[in-house]
Amino acid sequence: MTLLSLANLTVRRGECPVVDDVSFTVQPGEFIGLLGPNGAGKTSLLRGALGLLPHRGTSSLSAMPPAARARAAAFLPQGRDIAWPVSVEVLVALGCQSDPDGAAVSRALARMGLDAYRSRSATALSGGEQARVLIARALAQDTPLLLADEPVAGLDPEAQIRTMQVFADLAAEGRSVVASIHDLGLAARHCSRLLLLHRGRLVADGSPQDVLTDARLAEVFGIKGFHTETPDGPVFQPTGVVR
Amino acid sequence: MRVLLPLTLLVALLFAASLLIGPAGLGLGESLSALFRGNGGPVVLVMQEIRLPRAILGLLSGAVLGLSGAAMQGYLRNPLAEPGLIGVSSSAALGAVLSLQTGLAATFALALPLSALAGAAVSVVLVLAMAGPRGGALALILAGIAISALTASLTSLVLNLSPNPFAAMEIVYWMMGSLADRSMTHVWLAAPFMLAGMAALMTLGRGLDALTLGEDAAQTMGINLSRLRLVLIAGTAASVGAAVAVAGAVGFVGLVVPQILRPLVGARPSRLLPASALGGAAMLLAADIATRLIAPDQDLKLGVLTAIIGAPFFLHLIWRLRRVEA
Repeated sequence: MTLLSLANLTVRRGECPVVDDVSFTVQPGEFIGLLGPNGAGKTSLLRGALGLLPHRGTSSLSAMPPAARARAAAFLPQGRDIAWPVSVEVLVALGCQSDPDGAAVSRALARMGLDAYRSRSATALSGGEQARVLIARALAQDTPLLLADEPVAGLDPEAQIRTMQVFADLAAEGRSVVASIHDLGLAARHCSRLLLLHRGRLVADGSPQDVLTDARLAEVFGIKGFHTETPDGPVFQPTGVVR
Repeated sequence: MRVLLPLTLLVALLFAASLLIGPAGLGLGESLSALFRGNGGPVVLVMQEIRLPRAILGLLSGAVLGLSGAAMQGYLRNPLAEPGLIGVSSSAALGAVLSLQTGLAATFALALPLSALAGAAVSVVLVLAMAGPRGGALALILAGIAISALTASLTSLVLNLSPNPFAAMEIVYWMMGSLADRSMTHVWLAAPFMLAGMAALMTLGRGLDALTLGEDAAQTMGINLSRLRLVLIAGTAASVGAAVAVAGAVGFVGLVVPQILRPLVGARPSRLLPASALGGAAMLLAADIATRLIAPDQDLKLGVLTAIIGAPFFLHLIWRLRRVEA
């Protein structure tokens, strides 16, 4: 069962394609890191795939009516603006189409370590805490697929690692996550598959070892880095700029 | 429930007070029994033809303004939004002013409110044409500002060209907003639009809740934003257009009532909708009673009173907001 299928997806801003002829599919059980420098088209790719931007080519999600799409995939946008001071519990339940006993909300709060925050006002939390609440909100939608736009940006190291572990756990349970990530080390360490975008085009798609080669790092990011295998998994550390 | 029940009781009390207070000085039992009596007589006439329509229109107009203010604030994710923002109020006012100016208003009783409704309908068509079917919140605000500016300037033009000072005075007085001397005919004309508009706005709760996290998040939570915007505009136009048609321009209710009630309902937009409808009804009934108590002989205008109370209150809110943000 394919959870997302993109065929020749192209998103334009004016004349300029920001996502250019991208095709890939997402199967159950994958934790996919979407990589690329600023302006590579990561956000436009996610939004185009969901049908939030006009696009050419096809996406299995964008063709669905909104209610069906909301059951197929949850989306965590990059913006973390919370308009009203609602409680954490109310906010996390916003996307639940049917969760009468609140089980999905409780599970999501527990996964993100937010049990103690239930009755706190969401807008009174710190930026990092708000980010975790918004991740919990997307989890509570209880969909087979989660698309997350920079979910770990602005989180402290512990919260970053925990969030990546939560996503890996979801994949282990047979769900899938596609997350745009700037931290190449975190992506290499936790993702099962990486997609590398460069100027709107998908230039690599594969395992972290296959995607994060020295040649691609130099060409796409303009950096060099240090890789090693450790008992805790692969480690990647950028060490310098090549240009 | 913690908020809705006390508000419902407050509205019921104020509605009763609105029926019982007036220059005729009728007794309690006498007035209430006159409401249900069939035969004529001065008391029955005062109650059924003067006070009852006034109380009903106060109740409905206030509910409309409070509810549409809450819906507009929820949609635009901004506590400073108000129902007039999409240009409906000013267009309805222009329609009414034109009917006063042309003498149409004097030809039959409903000419003025019908003209106001036509003005509101024109503004909806214009807003939808300018903001587009998929336009965002910003396009809607800008279209509303443009239409408000245009209709306000046309209203000024009508005043400017009015043939004599009395005609101008009539227009100016109408624009101050009032519920005095309205009949049951006004109720029958306006109530269907107000009730239909309110029913439409009340369906938006889940969508407005989802918009707490922005348009992208709301859409991926299953909300059809184009449909939501259409229902919001149509519901606001029908209900606020009808309210302006029978009560004139009454400001600040739609802005202030959701502000007061938001903390009491946990800030959740869907909870704020019914609470603001009740709160708006309470505020307008109270203000209308106040116009009769403060200056019984002077025809104090309702819109003047709500602005005089509303504006300082608004300043207080800004003051509090500044302290929170500091």
